[in-house]
Amino acid sequence: MHFGPHLLLAALEGLVTSAVLALTALGLSLVFGVMRVVNVAHGEFFMLGAVLAWAISTAISGHPALGFLAALVLAPLIVGLIALLAERLVLRRLNYNPEATIVATIGMLYIIQQLALTFYGPEARPVEPPFSYRILLPWFGYSGYKLSIIAASALLLVATWLVLTRTKIGLIMRATQYDSETAQAFGIPVTRVYAGVFALGAMLAAVAAVLIVPISQAHYLMGQDPLLLSFIVVIIGGLGSLRGTVVAAVLIGLSDGIISVFFSPTLAKIIATLLVAMVLVFRPQGLFGTASR
Amino acid sequence: MTDKNGFFDLSRSALTRRTALKVLAAGAGLAVAPGFVRYSQAQSSAPIKIGFQSHRTGIGAAYGRWYEKTTAAAVKAINDAGGINGRPVEVIIEDDGTDPGRGAEVVGKFASQHKTDIVYGTLFSHVVIGSAPAAGEAKMPYFVVSEGHHVASTKLNRYVFQPGITDVKSQIQSMAPWIAANAGKKVTQIFPDFAFGYDHRDYLPPALKAQGAEVIAQIAIPPTESSFTKYFPQIPAETEVIYHVMVGPAVLTFVKELGEFYGSNRPQLFGFIDSLEATDINSPGLEFLDGSHFWEGSPRYAQPDDSPAQKAYRAAVGIDDNGASVGDPKDVSTAAHMFGCWETLYVVKKAMEDAGYKGPEDRAKLVEATEALTEFAEGPEHPQGPKTFNGKIHQCFGIQNISKVEGGRLNVVHKTKIEDGLYEPEGDYTTQAL
Repeated sequence: MHFGPHLLLAALEGLVTSAVLALTALGLSLVFGVMRVVNVAHGEFFMLGAVLAWAISTAISGHPALGFLAALVLAPLIVGLIALLAERLVLRRLNYNPEATIVATIGMLYIIQQLALTFYGPEARPVEPPFSYRILLPWFGYSGYKLSIIAASALLLVATWLVLTRTKIGLIMRATQYDSETAQAFGIPVTRVYAGVFALGAMLAAVAAVLIVPISQAHYLMGQDPLLLSFIVVIIGGLGSLRGTVVAAVLIGLSDGIISVFFSPTLAKIIATLLVAMVLVFRPQGLFGTASR
Repeated sequence: MTDKNGFFDLSRSALTRRTALKVLAAGAGLAVAPGFVRYSQAQSSAPIKIGFQSHRTGIGAAYGRWYEKTTAAAVKAINDAGGINGRPVEVIIEDDGTDPGRGAEVVGKFASQHKTDIVYGTLFSHVVIGSAPAAGEAKMPYFVVSEGHHVASTKLNRYVFQPGITDVKSQIQSMAPWIAANAGKKVTQIFPDFAFGYDHRDYLPPALKAQGAEVIAQIAIPPTESSFTKYFPQIPAETEVIYHVMVGPAVLTFVKELGEFYGSNRPQLFGFIDSLEATDINSPGLEFLDGSHFWEGSPRYAQPDDSPAQKAYRAAVGIDDNGASVGDPKDVSTAAHMFGCWETLYVVKKAMEDAGYKGPEDRAKLVEATEALTEFAEGPEHPQGPKTFNGKIHQCFGIQNISKVEGGRLNVVHKTKIEDGLYEPEGDYTTQAL
């Protein structure tokens, strides 16, 4: 294949990775930014989103788009509820202690994973894409659905950004992030904000999973890679910085796509990890993060 | 970093000597309590215990589930016919997570805790390679159903056998003439990046070269990969045949993305059914496979010339004419491989009867009796077809099926002969001490 089309394919693949990664990492970043909780179970909320998407889309007969749309709405809501429950039952009782919550979310990771294994099973199951249009380029074919993932993800990112910067809810969240004690003094129900943010973070991961599941497959171990990549993105972008997260996701996604197409996927992972190390050494707060006060 | 609540302050719940003694005493009491792991007094009527190292979870889970179904059906058939040496067969299943490290632990558990007579049933080659030393150390006969060349390479040890399924080297050697003659001469290989894939990587090029064809590119993909399009640009444009063999949970994605990449304008495809095992070939997006060819150990779809033994075997395991579970047409089996479980159990039965096997003290006799076997006739015990067995390399040899995707099903278009897959032994296990 010639260099031009080769690069185009690499960029497309990279953008799809970026799109999903940006949503997942944004959830992780939001939870850390506002709550100072490192959510190790984040990848499992991603997996739950995919598994629920399978369950919902198989329960609804008719055109595959119906089942998929239902999954796109319902799966994140259910995952959000589960996250809310976990926040109430576990994180709040630990007073959001940073060390204790890491241990607790590791526990949640295993509990959710094993529950999925018990009730969903060890198989990888496919979800039918809402439409299967193959874009025919002169050099190779490409899935139209994959392109729509990029668009959907961009829309969701813009929506999240609008909520955070243009609404009262967003203002409250940012106030809590900036200084939770002062926020509480001004009558902001900080614990309810925490609960909402934790649920929102999980929902973002779940939405990303619903989008990716028609081209991947739902599997109980699928949460591991997104978790690792999200951490990489969040560290590079700066924990708690929305802009940094999106920029880093595009950076990591594109470099992953291009390096794995031209060289090898292993090299792409090596370079991403090296980048994390460099950022940690030279700019510990991340590219767009602010130094901790 | 604050520790306001003292989560990490161990001194708060210091273990006193008294509590420690109590806990220890309770543990000791439990261990001597009647009924706690006392399996040693095997009577002549006691069941023969087969430890089944199953891929219940991890990347091999789909295979594990069907290996369990096939094993249950074969054990039921054996027990209904009077068991082995008049004793019933009991299968004890342990999950190895399709992980080599856990595989070795499971073998150890079978040897020391369950005290099984043999260990059996492993598929994934890296698990076999990881577990074989543990089996050798415990002097535990280890009957695998793995397909890899590792047993026949004589690089494992005298306790490892593969009598129920052929190995990759033999499969490739017997199919290479067909590929070169019917599919094309310039072949690009796509294979999983671990032991099983390396057998394909190492044995296909010489086998094709002998037929005047050549491998022009080799693409290794990790079995845990979830997205594949990025590998396809490495396929050279002059490729006439893509030879693909993938495993893992994402095989459907692999084939779908191959279809998206090429559409109907594709090179010839020759795949190992592993790329689609436990997956419906009529899934949306797989239409492009029509007219392509697959290797199958045993055909997934019922064929017009199926023997009565094959029909009886399919009924016993519970798969319909499409190779799916009788109760659930969406639950597609791993038919191309799982027959090996059925046949291996009958080989174990034969060897135990030949050896007059009584209990774990006869394990060495069982090894020698298995090595003495030479032939398995086609029939209810070997429904896939006739086989020969080479006791020196602990490997069986049999026929292979090449099937074509036509009208949404796989039709066998070519069957190889046993002789096509024979090769010079690379060593001799029987010279090793027992």
